Amino acid sequence: MADLKQRIDEATGTSTVGHEWDGVEELNTPLPRWWLWTFYATIVWGLAYVVLYPAWPMVSSATEGVLGWSSRGDLAKEMAADAKRRAPTVNAIAATALADLPAKPELMQAAVQGGGAAFRVHCVQCHGAGGAGVRNLYPSLTDDDWLWGGDLASIEYTVTHGIRNPDHKATRTSLMPAFGRDGILDARQIGDVVSFVRTISKQERPSAASARGAALFGANCAVCHGAGGEGGRQVGAPKLTDAIWLYGGDRDSLTATVNQPRNGVMPRWGGRLDPVTIKMLSAYVYSLGGGEKGLAPPVGEQGADGQP
Amino acid sequence: MDTLVAKAGGWLGLALIALVMAAVAVDAPFAVHMIIVALAALLMLWATVSRADYEAIARGLLKMPGDQGLYDDGPVRWGVVATLFWGIAGMAAGLFIALQLAFPALNLNLEYTTFGRLRPLHTSAVIFAFGGNALIATSFYVVQRTCRARLAFPSLARFVFWGYQLFIVLAATGYLMGVTEAKEYAEPEWYVDLWLTIVWVAYLAVFVGTIVKRREPHIYVANWFYLSFIVTIAMLHIVNNLSIPASIVGSKSYAAFAGVQDALTQWWYGHNAVGFFLTAGFLAMMYYFVPKQAERPVYSYRLSIIHFWSLIFLYIWAGPHHLHYTALPDWAQTLGMVFSVILWMPSWGGMINGLMTLNGAWDKIRTDPIIRMMVMALAFYGMSTFEGPMMSIKWVNSMSHYTDWTIGHVHSGALGWNGMITFACVYYLVPRLWGRPRLYSLRMVNWHFWLATVGIVFYAASMWVAGIMQGLMWREYGADGYLVYSFAESVAAMHPMYLIRAAGGAMYLAGFLIMIVNVWATLAGKIRTEKPMAETPYNAAADRPLVPVPAE
Repeated sequence: MADLKQRIDEATGTSTVGHEWDGVEELNTPLPRWWLWTFYATIVWGLAYVVLYPAWPMVSSATEGVLGWSSRGDLAKEMAADAKRRAPTVNAIAATALADLPAKPELMQAAVQGGGAAFRVHCVQCHGAGGAGVRNLYPSLTDDDWLWGGDLASIEYTVTHGIRNPDHKATRTSLMPAFGRDGILDARQIGDVVSFVRTISKQERPSAASARGAALFGANCAVCHGAGGEGGRQVGAPKLTDAIWLYGGDRDSLTATVNQPRNGVMPRWGGRLDPVTIKMLSAYVYSLGGGEKGLAPPVGEQGADGQP
Repeated sequence: MDTLVAKAGGWLGLALIALVMAAVAVDAPFAVHMIIVALAALLMLWATVSRADYEAIARGLLKMPGDQGLYDDGPVRWGVVATLFWGIAGMAAGLFIALQLAFPALNLNLEYTTFGRLRPLHTSAVIFAFGGNALIATSFYVVQRTCRARLAFPSLARFVFWGYQLFIVLAATGYLMGVTEAKEYAEPEWYVDLWLTIVWVAYLAVFVGTIVKRREPHIYVANWFYLSFIVTIAMLHIVNNLSIPASIVGSKSYAAFAGVQDALTQWWYGHNAVGFFLTAGFLAMMYYFVPKQAERPVYSYRLSIIHFWSLIFLYIWAGPHHLHYTALPDWAQTLGMVFSVILWMPSWGGMINGLMTLNGAWDKIRTDPIIRMMVMALAFYGMSTFEGPMMSIKWVNSMSHYTDWTIGHVHSGALGWNGMITFACVYYLVPRLWGRPRLYSLRMVNWHFWLATVGIVFYAASMWVAGIMQGLMWREYGADGYLVYSFAESVAAMHPMYLIRAAGGAMYLAGFLIMIVNVWATLAGKIRTEKPMAETPYNAAADRPLVPVPAE
């Protein structure tokens, strides 16, 4: 095929270019006008855009564009506008003592809303949407069974300083011994203690085992969990007489816990979130259903080693 | 005899080197990979020494016709078989990870079957194994016919095919063992990258060599596209994978770039993998097989020139749109967006040229299911090349970025365009490559077409809804200025969409399995007795005027 063999295509009335490859020919159709003009229009738009916005890289920085727009500037502007809009509420919350918030329903409502938003970003990963907790892992915040106290001040302290942060003196801390792993109690004794715990939580009838367990409980557990298993918030020792179990209340789970406790950890938010956000978070957690009135026992009295 | 000894010695030496590397490897996955390499070398050694005619055995196994003295179609047949084989693996992996998103228990609590490891297995299997084999096979087919010349370097062509399969096996097993560079679509580690580089240069040599020895005065447009795909992928692959291995007998390496430079290099690569692998390469397939199947001339030679050069010039700049609102400087984001929007018409040039080639043969959409697939492929190509520029606009991207809209966009392109055009080309090729009068069944092609089309609609529509819902939920502020939803709530809201998506994927896979049966039967030489597709029913009894019947 040395020469061009142009011909008029019958179906379209258009001339072919005259090339042919394995039977494939090409028509000499001109560029569709709408296609060409749309192409030109996008080019013109592009030229305008690169003049208006940052586009041309120079030696040390790029052209800033006629409009002076930048993504950082745009963000700063939006954040500033929002901060301005929220300023009256934020300032009012900042100026109000945490304990006085519930007395000011409008402000309390705003704090709960803001705290809810912060909770959805920072807390739901463990405590679940709405603070419902995760079975066998993280406590529910929607009931009135508090490990470290459920009044506003206690919640704020927990949020600010976290639980069992080894590098932070003011953190809430305690350590339940690993009775089984460390050989403090043998397997039969642990079984007895579990029987006793299940008796006081009304899951089992008293038995010989639970009677033996009562003595062991008095010697080993009562110092933190209280003589009757009513719990101790100074050390975050859970109440053992109700039906609420963080790590499970059945025989196997309890045995596992006594054998090797979890001693759960929560990060401290004091350095990461501003005081107003922490205040709002506390109000939100307080509002979930289990908030307690009244003052918590002073928490600042823990020793320098973090132990009460 | 001397060459036989030299060859056998070479393979044995290679196997021994690989075994030594496996013995001194600093990590287990590298040892496994070197054992795979050693096995491949020993297989070659055995093949060399026993001097059996393996081509003949394979021909018997796959019922391939012998060399007809026309074109060198052996590697093309192998490529078609590999395309279908890897297609099953890749699509099944895709369906499985889609179900994992709906039912996380399917991660099976095993490191090898977690979403994080199976996801690159899916993407690489469908893009590089299914798509890549289709591209290599069709390019070998098309370049011979449009150059009226047999393949240059026939043994190198066979090395390209088998070397590429080794690359796929190393990449896939690496993903399962957790070997990754953590670069999307470029996950294989340094030694696999080096191997692919060798294979790819050999591919370029075969392709250019064949063009050089062509008996036609001009180079057909399909070959421009194939060539741009081969050359650009080589460049992208080499630059994006520049890295320093932590040990030359270990699988870990560190990228040559850091921070935002690395991110930009990665998305320059990632976007042009889409641009030159999935767009330019598949447009090359379209430019040959659509006019052949339609038996019509290409719509416009001028359009093909303008859209080819504008497409390859513009595409290479568009990558930064993957990094909108990140640490990437504003000027680079601007350029990524501007070039993406200007890219819209050059992309559509290919769609116009493909669809309008049917001018004068529109009736074939009704009668020819292969043409119907090609038309649907071009329609999805047009849709996703409109959607892409739209999503690159920062205002749109601020909502669509990081959402499943992106996943929907990718799949309307991958399933609709790349999948459909590949199916059509394979349906075109199989009877011709195996010397059969026609496919086993055209009606099964029709079933495949409808299952795939409806599957894509389910997939894309559910991901649009899911993506827009995610984007809106993440940015929803209440009247008091605080976020309304937590991230977990947006995840929970996706569940029904994930189910619909999995259903769409299952339909697409079902259509593909019908194709496997159809091709298998065609290879076996069977012809299904069925009503021809083009038949227009004619009822002679009804074809008469009504005669009034007098009342009694």
